Amino acid sequence: MTTALATTEKGTVPGEIGGTPIAVRSHGLSFRRPNWLSVVIAIGGVPVRVNTTDQDFLEMLRSRYAGFVSAESHAEFDFDVDLAPPAFSDPDADVSVTRRSGRWCMERGDFRAEWEPAARRGTIHQTANPYSIDAVLRIVHTLVLAKQGGFLLHASSAIRNGKAFLFSGVSGAGKTTISRLAPPDATLLTDEISYVRREGNRYMAYGTPFAGELARAGENQRAPITALFLLEKGLQNGIQPIGATEAIQRLLRNILFFAHDPELVKLVFQSACEFAGSVPIHRLVFVPDQRVWDIIR
Amino acid sequence: MAEKYISRSSAIAARMLGGEMMVMSAVDSTFFTLNEVASAIWQAADGRTPLSEIVAAKICQEFDVDRERAQRGADRFVDELSQHGILLVSGQPVEETDSSLSPESR
Repeated sequence: MTTALATTEKGTVPGEIGGTPIAVRSHGLSFRRPNWLSVVIAIGGVPVRVNTTDQDFLEMLRSRYAGFVSAESHAEFDFDVDLAPPAFSDPDADVSVTRRSGRWCMERGDFRAEWEPAARRGTIHQTANPYSIDAVLRIVHTLVLAKQGGFLLHASSAIRNGKAFLFSGVSGAGKTTISRLAPPDATLLTDEISYVRREGNRYMAYGTPFAGELARAGENQRAPITALFLLEKGLQNGIQPIGATEAIQRLLRNILFFAHDPELVKLVFQSACEFAGSVPIHRLVFVPDQRVWDIIR
Repeated sequence: MAEKYISRSSAIAARMLGGEMMVMSAVDSTFFTLNEVASAIWQAADGRTPLSEIVAAKICQEFDVDRERAQRGADRFVDELSQHGILLVSGQPVEETDSSLSPESR
C-alpha cells in the first residue's frame, strides 16, 4: 500500500530566481533604522519580537495577536519587517522554504523572508497585511518545534478539566464544528492549527492565534494532551480504535510541513512516531450535536 | 534476466511497528506501509544479496508461495520503491551507504 502524503508543502524550490541567488535580494535589511517599534508575540511559549518602523502595522499586530503579546522584552528571535508598497503581492503563488548555510529562506507571492536561527534574527519583506507575517510565524514555529519533537497540526484543540484534546482532520472534517459544540467549561485553544510541544515525557497543547472559520484566536493557555481524535462525520457518536500505522499515517498527513528538506522530513517522521507511541489516537465519528462532548474524556 | 542487488536509501526514515514497516522518503515525503512480506525483503536489502536469493531464502521458505509468483511480486515491489528512490537497485553488489538507517539499528 502506498500513500503520497498530502503535506502543505508545495512543489520544489527554485535554487535561484532569474539567475540571482535569493540571499543577494535582501533589500538592505541588514541595516537597522533608528526608529524601530517592536512587539513580542509569544506563541507556544516561544517569544518572537517583530520590529517595524510603521506605527499602523504595529497596531495591527498588537490587535491581531492580542492574547499572545508578551509584556516581557525578552525574545528568542527577532524579525525586522520591511514593508513593501501594495503592488508587491501574489497570494496565489506557492510557498517555498529552503535551507542554505544555516539560513532559512521562506518565500510566497506576498512575502520574502529569511531567518538565521543561530543569529536569532530574521527579516520579512511584505506588504502591510496580516496574512504574510502569519504565514511566516507558522513556518518559523514548525521549524522550531521540529527540532524539539513537536509540530503544528491541522487540528482544533480545547482544554477541559485540565486536559487538552485535539481534533484533527482535513478541511471539512469538522474541526470548527466540534469547536462550536464545545461546552461552556471548555477552553478553546484553536479551531484550525494546534500547537504540539514535547516537554519531558509528555506532550503539551498550547493555544494559537491561528484561526479557521471561527475567525477568532484561541486562548493563550496550555495543558497536557490526553488524546488526539481523528474526526469523521457520521450518523451517531462513537469512538473507534485505530491501528498504529494508520494513526501515524493520518498524523503525518495533518502535520504542517513546509520545507522540502530531507533532515526535516526525518525529524517530522520521528516526531509523529514518538507522539503516536505516547498519546492515544482514536477515530471520533460524530453527528453535529453537542452530545458528542459527553464521550470526550 | 540480469540479477538485481537492492539496498536501502539513506534518504529515508523508517520504523517497524506491529509487524509492519513504515518507510517515508525524505526526498518527496511519500509514505509506504510495508506488509510482512515486503518488510522481509526490505530488511534483507543489504546490497550484497541477489534479489533472487532473498526471494528464495526469505519469501519462499517463510511464506506459502511458489518461486515464480514470489519473484514477480518482489520485482514489482522493488520497481515501485526504487521509483521513489527508497530502494536503490544495482546490477552489481554494493556496500550499504548508511548502516545507521537500517531498521535493525533503530
